[in-house]
Amino acid sequence: MGTFHHDRSPLHGITVVVETCGPELYVGRCDDEDERQVVLLDADVHREAEAGPARAEFLRRAAEVGVWGKLRRVVIPRSQVTEVRRLGELEV
Amino acid sequence: MPYPPLLVKPMREELTSAGVKELLTPAEVDAWMAQKSGTAILVVNSVCGCAAGSARPGIRQALAHEVRPDRAASVFAGQDLEATARARGHFADIPPSSPSIALFRNGELVYFVPRHRIEGRDAAAVAQDLAAAFDRFFAVPASSPAAG
Repeated sequence: MGTFHHDRSPLHGITVVVETCGPELYVGRCDDEDERQVVLLDADVHREAEAGPARAEFLRRAAEVGVWGKLRRVVIPRSQVTEVRRLGELEV
Repeated sequence: MPYPPLLVKPMREELTSAGVKELLTPAEVDAWMAQKSGTAILVVNSVCGCAAGSARPGIRQALAHEVRPDRAASVFAGQDLEATARARGHFADIPPSSPSIALFRNGELVYFVPRHRIEGRDAAAVAQDLAAAFDRFFAVPASSPAAG
């Protein structure tokens, strides 16, 4: 038993990894997605070449325990998205 | 904003009817966490249909496993805000998510299931993972070192 939102994308409520054609890699809870955009809630972003953990380490830690919701809501244009996959599918 | 108590009541009872003690205040969390000896499971309950709908029955099934924790408790995210915050303070280096499940042995966090490891899975799969963790971390007496 739980609450459901049948008017949203099948990925609504699912924690996803969003790969982009730019340096950004996002992990967050999918609120909705369509042909125009992917909307994430409580997301974190990893930017290549920034200080901090390497991309692989960021993903490994995210797969292990999740991410801190540093971005309350982020809208990623679909034109920048190269892949959306479930975080839970990543090997820990 | 918390959901109406009437909506949440059956979600609470789904766990309490399996012997899970609800911790409603920070003081109750502190008292429960203060008992270090033995094995324990703490559930961060949630109204989320994407994950909690399979987490609760999965936890119920797992608690019927031959090897199971000595104590079981829950806090309800989005409902009992202060109790949930206090509980999360006991695994403060882990990002908050709900539902989620923490296993303790002699007061030490030994296993954690974040929300994304529950999403999209059915109750049997959640129960199977938890039972395997019970076997791994709880099968030997709690006075012995934990299994790796």
